[in-house]
Amino acid sequence: MNIPPELIHISIALAAIAAFIGLNGLVLVYLERKVAGFIQRRPGPYEVGPWGLLQPVADAVKLVGKQLVRPKVADPWLYWAAPLLSFTPIFLLFLVIPFGPTLTGMEFNYGLLLILAFTGLNVLALCLAGWSSANKYSLLGAARSVAQSIAYEIPLLLAVLAIAFQFGTLNLTEMVHQQGQWPWQWNIMFQPLAFVIYFLCAIAETNRAPFDLPEAESELTAGFHTEYSGMAFGLFFLAEYAYIIVVSCVAVVLFLGGWQGPGAPGFWWFLLKVYALILVIIWIRWTYPRVRFDQLLNINWKWLLPLALVNLLLTLIFVKI
Amino acid sequence: MLHYAHEQLQGDYYTRAFQAGAQEDTLIINMGPQHPSTHGVLRIILELHGEYILRAEPVLGYVHRMQEKMGEVKTYPQYLANMGRVDYLHALAWNWAYVRAVEQLLELEVPERAEYVRVITCELNRITSHLLWWGAYLLDLGAFTPIMYGFADRERAMDLLQIITGSRLTYCYYTFGGVTADLTPQFIDGTKDFCKYMRTRLPMYKDLVTDNMILRHRVDDIGIISVDMARRYGVTGPNLRGSGVEHDLRRNTPYSIYDRFDFEIPAYEECDALARYLVRMDEMEQSISIIEQAIQSLPEGPVMPPKMPKVIKPPKGEAYGEVEGARGVIGIHVISDGTATPYRIKLRAPSFSNLSLFAEVSKGILLADAVSILGSLDLVIPEIDR
Repeated sequence: MNIPPELIHISIALAAIAAFIGLNGLVLVYLERKVAGFIQRRPGPYEVGPWGLLQPVADAVKLVGKQLVRPKVADPWLYWAAPLLSFTPIFLLFLVIPFGPTLTGMEFNYGLLLILAFTGLNVLALCLAGWSSANKYSLLGAARSVAQSIAYEIPLLLAVLAIAFQFGTLNLTEMVHQQGQWPWQWNIMFQPLAFVIYFLCAIAETNRAPFDLPEAESELTAGFHTEYSGMAFGLFFLAEYAYIIVVSCVAVVLFLGGWQGPGAPGFWWFLLKVYALILVIIWIRWTYPRVRFDQLLNINWKWLLPLALVNLLLTLIFVKI
Repeated sequence: MLHYAHEQLQGDYYTRAFQAGAQEDTLIINMGPQHPSTHGVLRIILELHGEYILRAEPVLGYVHRMQEKMGEVKTYPQYLANMGRVDYLHALAWNWAYVRAVEQLLELEVPERAEYVRVITCELNRITSHLLWWGAYLLDLGAFTPIMYGFADRERAMDLLQIITGSRLTYCYYTFGGVTADLTPQFIDGTKDFCKYMRTRLPMYKDLVTDNMILRHRVDDIGIISVDMARRYGVTGPNLRGSGVEHDLRRNTPYSIYDRFDFEIPAYEECDALARYLVRMDEMEQSISIIEQAIQSLPEGPVMPPKMPKVIKPPKGEAYGEVEGARGVIGIHVISDGTATPYRIKLRAPSFSNLSLFAEVSKGILLADAVSILGSLDLVIPEIDR
């Protein structure tokens, strides 16, 4: 029997990615709660295990053990499809990210395109979750998430497009190779505006505070996932963290030199940069109030979109010269 | 109208009555009684067009505890304990309004030191109330951290009040003719420290929170309550002062010894949520100043009148005691028929009047703004339902 080596390669990569997502999910839950505790002058989790290290495990066990409840009037198929649809595309996203010089799931010439295409699927999942729950708060949350994600995808695409023009490729590994190992050789030095736009859009895309309107708990109780319990909610939860890791990874690849770094380049630099960005995202969440929905869209259409266009134009002019 | 497959899910009397007037293509939702930002069990039925509110109707009574009826069956001292439960955030003001009414009936003279003690503790309680409101309001606006800071500071004040009152939230400290326990040196030193501490905290909150751009956009020009509207609904307290009316019972009809202190009545002309926010932030500073002055000039002496009757049996008559609470004018009307239990007690709760304007002010605004306005009114639901 002849198994193609490509298949074995991808299977191993997917298994590794599943482990990576699971592990980082646990780490992020712990990190978020500890950092939130630090910002709020309280200890954070400390009961379960040494320094509360087992808290995320306890959380996960609790979620798995809970009963899955579906409202009587909810659509049976779409209601369960939504959390799966939210979570599964993530495997594809991690497949093309170059974690280290030789640590890439799949070398792919259109890596960036693949990531942008599949992050768009999350909107569909949130929309389905909100609509199929037959809950009015969920419906409002879904409507918000659609408007928000679609609006913020445009400046995000434009910012990334400028980078693609600059590097002349959509291959992520190639992009990292074009940046040097010292911080002033990283792309953020040449594209600071694109980085700011990308970062703001990334926070909005992942529905993090201060742009967490689809699940604004003080307005919509829990937004699109109001009716979900147990692991169905857990999948949304895990997907949110996974998307935070993805957008941070892409930001590191596009702007912060990927696995390049002073001294020995390697995946440790990559992880360090990703976690630095994630910490900033967590820091922002626990610091700012939530913006209002019309203000959110105003920021996008009146500021980010024109700025992204200007950035794209400037990049094109520089590339031509 | 939205039709569910199961018609029995269509809701109770209020929902059906509300639905009868609904337009086509609108969404009717229940905000509460279990909702994160109604703080307690307030229920508001909303008719939404998209995210815009067409109509809103508060439904009350989920924590109705028959406080007024209880007043008719309990003796005068027994009813004192109820007062701390009407508004659990500014319990001492309710204590005060009730003892003032009964003192008028009994024609009791309150010793000077007791008046000072009442002012100090009541203002301290006002600071704790405003701190909690501040944290909870920002929680409504989506900022999770300020409530932790507000609670940590409030904890200090509550620890202080615990020293002399023995309880942390539902105080029952004032009594007819004075207060039940005298101030201890520990309390006085602690309060001085607390005032100093709060003077460093409040500027920090201003820098970190009040001047934040996102917050400003969420509260600026939101929920305009004109002076006319405020008068129509009987709005009092910081909400009225946020509409530019400098009405404060501590200044307008000075009760107790408030005329001896030098303090300002903060008022803002903007009539919006930001004005109400700033009024409360400024009021905390004024309360600190009152406490400091009161501690400075605290006289020696007893905290209870020398001769008190064993059984409180006021002569026939009526009395109305009112004080300025953290949410507005608290009024208690006591009618005595000469027995040991009151004939009738009427409680005037400021939150009730403050809430009633919500239906009018929330027309045509966004759902997110409704949350912002509700928070800026600083409602305490048990006080509304009584």
